[in-house]
Amino acid sequence: MKLTKLFKSAAIGLSASMLAVSVQAADVIKIGAVAPKTGALGGGAVVTQWPNVELWSKQVNAAGGLDVGGKKMMVEIIEYDDKTNPGEHIKAAQRLAEVDKVDFIVAPYGTGFNLAAAPIYAKYNYPHIAVSAISDKMPELTARYSNLFFTLGNTTSFSESVVDILKDMRAAGTIGNRVAMVNVADAFGIELAEAARPRLKEAGFDIVYDKSYPLGTPDLSPIIKGAKESNPDAFVAWSYPPDTFALTEQAIIQDLDVKMYYTAVATCFPAFVGKFGSKINGVFGAGGVNQDSPDIQAYFKAHKDITGKDADGWASANTYVSLQILGQAIEGAGTLDRQAVIDYIKASSFDTIMGPISFEDQISNRFWTVGQWQDGKFRGVKSSQMAGAAPIVAKDGWN
Amino acid sequence: MTSGDVKQLVWGAILLALAACVPLVANGYWMSIALTIAMFTVLSTSWALFSGPTHYISLATAAFFGVGGFLVGTGMSDYNTDYWTMVVIASLAGTVLAFLVGLATLRLSGVYFVIFTLGLAEMIRTLVSWIQNNFTGSRGLYVLTDLGEADIYIHLVLVAALVYLAGWWIARSRLGFAMRIIGNDEMVARHVGINTAFSKVILFTFSGFVASLVGALIAPRYTYIEPNGVFSPELSFIVVIMALLGGTGRLWGPIVGVIPFALLQEYINANYSNYSTLVLGIAFLVIVYFLPHGVLGRLEETWAKRRRSTW
Amino acid sequence: MDIIITGLLLGGTYALIAFGLNLQYGVARIMNLANGEMIVLGALAAFWIFVADAISPILTMLIVAPLSFFGNWLIYRFLLRPLVRRAKNQGQLEVDSILATFGMAFALVGIMVSIHGEYYTYSYLAEPFEILGETFALNRIVAFCFAVLIGAALWLWLYFTRTGMAVRAVSVSTEASGLVGINVPQLSAIAFALGGAVTTMGGTLISTFITLDASVGVVFTMKALIIIIMGGVGDIRGAIVAALILGLVETAVARLIDPGLTLAAAYAIFVLILLFRPQGLFGRKPS
Repeated sequence: MKLTKLFKSAAIGLSASMLAVSVQAADVIKIGAVAPKTGALGGGAVVTQWPNVELWSKQVNAAGGLDVGGKKMMVEIIEYDDKTNPGEHIKAAQRLAEVDKVDFIVAPYGTGFNLAAAPIYAKYNYPHIAVSAISDKMPELTARYSNLFFTLGNTTSFSESVVDILKDMRAAGTIGNRVAMVNVADAFGIELAEAARPRLKEAGFDIVYDKSYPLGTPDLSPIIKGAKESNPDAFVAWSYPPDTFALTEQAIIQDLDVKMYYTAVATCFPAFVGKFGSKINGVFGAGGVNQDSPDIQAYFKAHKDITGKDADGWASANTYVSLQILGQAIEGAGTLDRQAVIDYIKASSFDTIMGPISFEDQISNRFWTVGQWQDGKFRGVKSSQMAGAAPIVAKDGWN
Repeated sequence: MTSGDVKQLVWGAILLALAACVPLVANGYWMSIALTIAMFTVLSTSWALFSGPTHYISLATAAFFGVGGFLVGTGMSDYNTDYWTMVVIASLAGTVLAFLVGLATLRLSGVYFVIFTLGLAEMIRTLVSWIQNNFTGSRGLYVLTDLGEADIYIHLVLVAALVYLAGWWIARSRLGFAMRIIGNDEMVARHVGINTAFSKVILFTFSGFVASLVGALIAPRYTYIEPNGVFSPELSFIVVIMALLGGTGRLWGPIVGVIPFALLQEYINANYSNYSTLVLGIAFLVIVYFLPHGVLGRLEETWAKRRRSTW
Repeated sequence: MDIIITGLLLGGTYALIAFGLNLQYGVARIMNLANGEMIVLGALAAFWIFVADAISPILTMLIVAPLSFFGNWLIYRFLLRPLVRRAKNQGQLEVDSILATFGMAFALVGIMVSIHGEYYTYSYLAEPFEILGETFALNRIVAFCFAVLIGAALWLWLYFTRTGMAVRAVSVSTEASGLVGINVPQLSAIAFALGGAVTTMGGTLISTFITLDASVGVVFTMKALIIIIMGGVGDIRGAIVAALILGLVETAVARLIDPGLTLAAAYAIFVLILLFRPQGLFGRKPS
């Protein structure tokens, strides 16, 4: 008896929460956002993802809302923490679609989460403009899901750009052939190392140190010492946020004196320069942004003013751009009909803070791949079709 | 077989059949919740088959679950193997692994057993990432199938039927009798001629087999497998906690923990999105203080009272 | 030599993680799954105060320790003591304390995320320090020195004071020490609070060289559990030896074999030790 009672009260509680949200003013566009605030990816999402959702929605509403077929509509964000758990994410995505009945969604944070949620967003036909999803299976995935768009690039281009930088520096006589490469033994790190290995060999580089380390390694000094002993000209690490910080700290302490030093995710974070100051001048990292573009400068300023935080030098802008695209597509299609918005995205070019963006087979080929810290700013140096790349400088010690 | 036994079987079959009808009435949202409930019901119940009677708390669930998910991912992406073939291979591999782990844990008891299983699971997790990194040459583990949540749910209900049937059978067999004696006093069990090692390993292996099967069956839901995600030790803890919340004294104990807990969690996540972790923690504390013997204990207490009052 | 020193430094870090839990589980019999969150709390305090006022984490540690002692005392007194009282046996208490501290861990993560959801990164003493011609990180050396100090202080207290002796008696047998007139509830509360304070101090020290965030606690909880079980429950010497073994093994494997296998090797050592000594290195055989 007790059990059925419990069931009933839980069911009542849940349906009450459904009612509460379904009674809404009709001139509001509801946009759902599910991303981590806690769990392994929480620390990254609160830098890159959440502030942009806040920034964009506040800006849109301050401007009086989106113009949908002549009617101004405010946006309302409904957000859930997926706790970096795919099962939790899927439930929250379903909740957005079935209970909150949101009109549109913000893409998830992280490759795994974008792919886990893709079937659900496809089922309800939400335009799914993925940002932080880097994969080499994009054509297969977009063929499967006609509502899915990719904007941040693929595994191949990220590893290729790093090899290109090495080639440029070798041609300039800055470095020789000796490359030390390490990677975190998890999905993203393994994939990028795997993609880079044959390309480095093909370009005639010697991989003098090639090791992985497990996620959550408490002391990375043996890695840096091992790499240093192999006497490399360049150091490339396919790393995650906590290890990006730890590897760099050790590289400074051990004075790993290479002319080319690259760490992947989170090198572009404001916290990275906050921690190391001028010492990391010349460090390469995944991502990049055109610091000289007035649009980007205005975006950075608004980001700081409205959210109180600095944007990162990579996917912050892309995340904001994905929301700009969504907003412009809703206005352009002049309706909340999702199929119309998807068709509009496929057919149009969008004017964003990163310049014009359009999709070819649902994939945008305009993105930054490598950036470099130059005098306190993280500048894009390699990209796919982006304007304004800064010239590369050689790393000159850790001061 | 007594008439009581038959009655239980019939009731169990009816309830499972009802559970299998959920996809006919549920929308996508409730389907998602039902799938989560089904997954944890199977994991917690099979965990309790071993840990309930023996009081050996195993934290190795994630290792077997992870092997299931990881092998399906690597088989389909790196070796172009068919999904169902990989489900079979993955659950066999999980079974063998569980058998070995079971053998290794024989000498341990109490908290040493608990943490040993945790350490072993973590060892397997880092070894698997290392192997993927160095040998399988992986470019991402994708599990692209046409299976929706309703299909996966049905698969899990079938596994649940298997687990309940096994539990029902074990309770009536020499094996179950042996487990209960081991739980009361392992020394006595040994003295009365029970092969404690054999009994423990068999049941441990069975629960490992179920966990790896669940890991393999749930993989299509995630589409993209990250080794450190599917091997996450958090899963082991949640499975234990759900089973303990329900109560491990009976076969249907875990499910009465899983269902209210999953609904409560859903309620909190939906209504306190920004503070869900905090509220969930507090809810947990409240449960521990006010349900001292789990949901099962509370239910049995209520029944006992009712029976007394009607007499 | 380099391997040995690096390994010892890492072992010191592990000891800082495990000391507190050793007291809490060994004496107060609380399997504290919120141990890692206490570490993160210490790290958060250090980070927060450092970023706001550039106050040294060492100073923060001295401020945080008494606060944490008091906070943990309250937790024990009001949240855990009722569980101890109602438990009929050790198994029941274990189950209840796992559930309760798991809830606490969630609640703490929730609180910390709302304070600061990003990574706790700052630079403190991230400078090279040379020993015998090899370079090490100064912040790790400082943390190691504190680990030695804390370990020595705990050891002196446990083995050379009356209270310490009573605490050890409780860790051997709760019932028997109650019979000989030891105030078990009070001592358990002290041990739990002290354990919490030591753990938080460890967190502030560790934050100078490891980048933490609000959700990372569980990683430390697991490491701590493994160390105290490997060393043998309730024996401070066991925890120290186990921490050093793990530090040395991880470093040796990273330098000599493959950094990819460090954690696997550490767990393998743990597994092997328990296979041959099912009660841990310094543990007593169950009677």
